[in-house]
Amino acid sequence: MARIDLDLAHAYRPNPQRDEDYALLPLKMTFRDGGAYALLGPSGCGKTTLLNIISGLVTPSQGTVSFDGVDMTSKTPQQRNIAQVFQFPVIYDTMTVAENLAFPLRNRGVAPDRIRQRVGQIAEMLEMSGQLDRRASGLAADAKQKISLGRGLVREDVSAVLFDEPLTVIDPHLKWQLRRKLKQIHHELKLTLVYVTHDQVEALTFAEEVVVMTRGRAVQVGSADALFERPAHTFVGHFIGSPGMNFLPARWANGLEVAGRPLAGPAPSALSSAGEFKLGVRPEYVTITTPDAPGALPAVVSMVQDVGTYWLVTAKAGEAVLRARLGPDAEPPKVGDTAWLGVLGTHTCFYNRNEELIA
Amino acid sequence: MKPVNQKAWLLVLPVVLCVAFSAVLPLMTVVNYSVQDIISPERRVFVGTEWFAAVMRDEELHGALLRQIGFSLAVLAVEIPLGIALALSMPATGWRSSAVLVIVAISLLIPWNVVGTIWQIYGRTDIGLMGAALAKLGIDYNYTGSATDAWLTVLVMDVWHWTPLVALLCFAGLQAIPDAYYQAARIDGASKFAVFRFIQLPKLRGVLMIAVLLRFMDSFMIYTEPFVLTGGGPGNATTFLSQYLTQKAVGQFDLGPAAAFSLIYFLIILLLCFILYNWMQRVGTASDAEVSHG
Repeated sequence: MARIDLDLAHAYRPNPQRDEDYALLPLKMTFRDGGAYALLGPSGCGKTTLLNIISGLVTPSQGTVSFDGVDMTSKTPQQRNIAQVFQFPVIYDTMTVAENLAFPLRNRGVAPDRIRQRVGQIAEMLEMSGQLDRRASGLAADAKQKISLGRGLVREDVSAVLFDEPLTVIDPHLKWQLRRKLKQIHHELKLTLVYVTHDQVEALTFAEEVVVMTRGRAVQVGSADALFERPAHTFVGHFIGSPGMNFLPARWANGLEVAGRPLAGPAPSALSSAGEFKLGVRPEYVTITTPDAPGALPAVVSMVQDVGTYWLVTAKAGEAVLRARLGPDAEPPKVGDTAWLGVLGTHTCFYNRNEELIA
Repeated sequence: MKPVNQKAWLLVLPVVLCVAFSAVLPLMTVVNYSVQDIISPERRVFVGTEWFAAVMRDEELHGALLRQIGFSLAVLAVEIPLGIALALSMPATGWRSSAVLVIVAISLLIPWNVVGTIWQIYGRTDIGLMGAALAKLGIDYNYTGSATDAWLTVLVMDVWHWTPLVALLCFAGLQAIPDAYYQAARIDGASKFAVFRFIQLPKLRGVLMIAVLLRFMDSFMIYTEPFVLTGGGPGNATTFLSQYLTQKAVGQFDLGPAAAFSLIYFLIILLLCFILYNWMQRVGTASDAEVSHG
């Protein structure tokens, strides 16, 4: 178990010049000892690279990785004492399930009695006790992935356990079970866990803190709550939530002007010097209101969908598209009507031209 | 009643004809010869299984068969491990990889009788590089006089000629192993040997099976190279089955015994390949059976 400090950048090609040359732009980050973290982002955002840098499979082209303050940048995965589980199951074909689980311990010369005990515990936890003597190569993909998970968890003294989208090949219902199991393991063993995924639900339910990444940049580190309420970057607002945050063009001209219309209502004072910016509001916080209410914006309703537990209303305010989630009891407006939508409130955020949160 | 479409027969006819003319009919000619004593083009006598019985009792043939089995086993014992080792030490990417692939493949492109000629000259103690070098070192090497030297030279020649095939097959097999296996092995703290034993070797099983079968069949039928190099001598030290057969059929024109022996030869190869194939299929999966018994 260890605290992990990263202060690095990585490019797969030599002599990176532009931002696009980097797989990971310069970042500084700390993973607390015993914390459960998720790296969340779309494919190709650099999350697997970051994970491989932590484990030592990839050496960063600049900067350092340290565990508990000790520089580990040039150390091997074995020296770092890291466990890692990969996206696709890796099993040793010629071994039984038990031998597979024992492999990391055997390579480190753990006593046979202890190995047997540990393999028993892990198999119990993964509900594989009945299959211990079977050859691993004959098993189904999800059973193989459980073995991979087991090999990642079988050592107790690891600095951290890293998961690279480990549940991709697993059935949805088993996925849910395994995720709970991982949480439980984290609770019991207090291991540092880092979990890479592109699935926001997986990230938000698993982790205490989520690192949202896009294009080689870690744009926000925070709890599920913070990512939802105060996205630090428009990408976070857009990526987290279903549907994502609404963004409306806005500017300051002797008062707040949104989508080409002056908008009455409380506006943060920081905006008065901002020039052009964006207003961001989550569909959950958009309300149907009256023309004279503060922060009301007229919009033409273009679609109303019944999504079971709520109504999803899509409307156009000028050129901008706006979505609102209304409770099941609300009376949704009709398609073609002009509705007055309240977009200003305590949950409304403002972003500058660099897509960063300003108020 | 279910309609039967007889057109299918018509569609397989070309293949049937092809196989008939290329394999079945020639083989049947041999079967025909093997049961007759052909005295002259006009006179022939049906002799039943007499040739087979005679061939089975032929001492010379027993000798050739034993030499052949010994040679094929030696070829496998040297070429398979050497091929794996070569493949493991070849660079996997970049221009070096391409260059090494080309260099390794060169010997495979040389016609077989040329290989024999190359080694015949190479091994000569007066002008051959290897023969002369060995002679200078004081080693009494003479492949035309000493049975051991001749046998070893034929073996080394075959290793030189065909190990690259095993190496190329293994190289392809190694390239097909996903990176994740090596990464997982590094995470699991596996030694280099453990990576070979538990990842590379099991993943090479398929290509190794092909390599063993190919090398076994080819070495069991070897003819051209020893014929050019030693002509089967000294004495009959390097007379393998093919050469023995040729002597009988073409040299002495004993068509009956030669045909009977051809069929036996064919069946031996078929049988051994069948056994090898089944054994190798089971090598990787045998412990399953053990577990279920225990």
